[in-house]
Amino acid sequence: MSEWFEEVKAEFITNFIDGERWRFLADGLLNTLQITVVACLIGIAIGIVVAAVRSSWDKNHETMRPGIGRFFLGVANAICKVYLTVIRGTPVVVQLMIIYYIIFASSRNALGIAMLAFGINSGAYVAEIVRGGIMSIDVGQFEAGRSLGFNYVQTMRYVVVPQVFKNVLPTLANEFISLLKETSVAGYVAIQDLTKGGDIIRGATYSPFMPLIAVAIVYLVMVMFFTWLVGKLERRLRSSER
Amino acid sequence: MSVKGDVIIEVKNLEKHFHGGEIKALDGINTVIRKGEVVVIIGPSGSGKSTFLRSLNLLEIPTGGSILFEGEDITDPKCNINMHRRKMGMVFQHFNLFPNMTILKNLTIAPMKLCGKSREDAESKALELLRRVGLSDRADAYPSQLSGGQKQRVAIVRALAMEPDVMLFDEPTSALDPEMVGEVLDVMKELANEGMTMAVVTHEMAFAREVGTRVLFMADGHLIEEGTPQEIFDSPKSERLKDFLAKVL
Repeated sequence: MSEWFEEVKAEFITNFIDGERWRFLADGLLNTLQITVVACLIGIAIGIVVAAVRSSWDKNHETMRPGIGRFFLGVANAICKVYLTVIRGTPVVVQLMIIYYIIFASSRNALGIAMLAFGINSGAYVAEIVRGGIMSIDVGQFEAGRSLGFNYVQTMRYVVVPQVFKNVLPTLANEFISLLKETSVAGYVAIQDLTKGGDIIRGATYSPFMPLIAVAIVYLVMVMFFTWLVGKLERRLRSSER
Repeated sequence: MSVKGDVIIEVKNLEKHFHGGEIKALDGINTVIRKGEVVVIIGPSGSGKSTFLRSLNLLEIPTGGSILFEGEDITDPKCNINMHRRKMGMVFQHFNLFPNMTILKNLTIAPMKLCGKSREDAESKALELLRRVGLSDRADAYPSQLSGGQKQRVAIVRALAMEPDVMLFDEPTSALDPEMVGEVLDVMKELANEGMTMAVVTHEMAFAREVGTRVLFMADGHLIEEGTPQEIFDSPKSERLKDFLAKVL
């Protein structure tokens, strides 16, 4: 028993203590969190705009009077549809590499590019979440807003969006959790994120067990923490409605 | 200012066609609504009466004809309908209160955001309105905590908070449990007695007879017959109306 314990202890020291290798994990975790948070914000910004265009078109194009406004909304809607199809139809790693090696070939700011790439990717999913939230609001809410004299944008702003926000917040938080795990492919473009950090240790010590299990545990703990947070949020949102 | 008897809404040859004219929800409606009138619209389901009412504030966009509200053609694309809607209160079958706002907020949001009223002004006006319908103690409640009848009374005063010139009611009691119909009709009666101009789509024939100053009977997208409640209910002329009354009375 003590022999086994000594062995584990030696392994632990080799993988994490010697040469301060734990820093690979700590630095990696920091990068992972940075990419996730910034990408999430970019994703929400893109997602809201795309969802606004898509749902405005879906709700109004049949009743809109022909004209310049209808034309531009139609074009914007078509662009959004292409964006959604391409982003949701290709793997995130491929998108990341295309953006890093082709579109931003001359830039070596890998972290910034990764934030952008994951943000663009997440935006497509956020857009569909928000669009679903907008479409789920009863049409009577729009009509009540309009009948009071609010214009379309004011009805959205004062009546619809606050309700959408409340409805989609838990789903958005879950998107954040998936994004956190998806950033583990950032190592493909020479970013040292949490996963890559563990892999570097494995390469240096030739002992895969400890670093990889450590990486998995860190992800798991973070996901469990955020899941707990989302649950708390959901309960609070529900309790205010009664 | 308009005086009693002035035309508030004038409807000319109003049409609402779907599928290129295949379905005619409204087919050439002509009528006027004068200040102080309570116009009750009755008819079998699918007759176009709700479509007609919803056309008056352009929630349904007519495909032909025109609607003059206080002298201005609101079907003209250049007309800013949002300004006119402030003067046309609307009450819906399913209340359509804002579920995420308190009752007080439901009543104050439009006056504050659209008319630039201060919070104090809007709230004191809202509380006064709630007192009138006996709900001032529910100001801080949420719509989901209210009964159907209470919700509809709140919906009526939410529209009144904008101080409209005309109130449109789209089957205001159809979604209510029978024991709650009376409390809503009472509020509407009181409103009519105060001289509010009203257009009401309803199945409540007793209300139409008692409160209505004029009754419109619609069927198949046409205005078949109109007249005082006595004329409509006691001496119907058309077969269509006689048939309808035989079924509902």
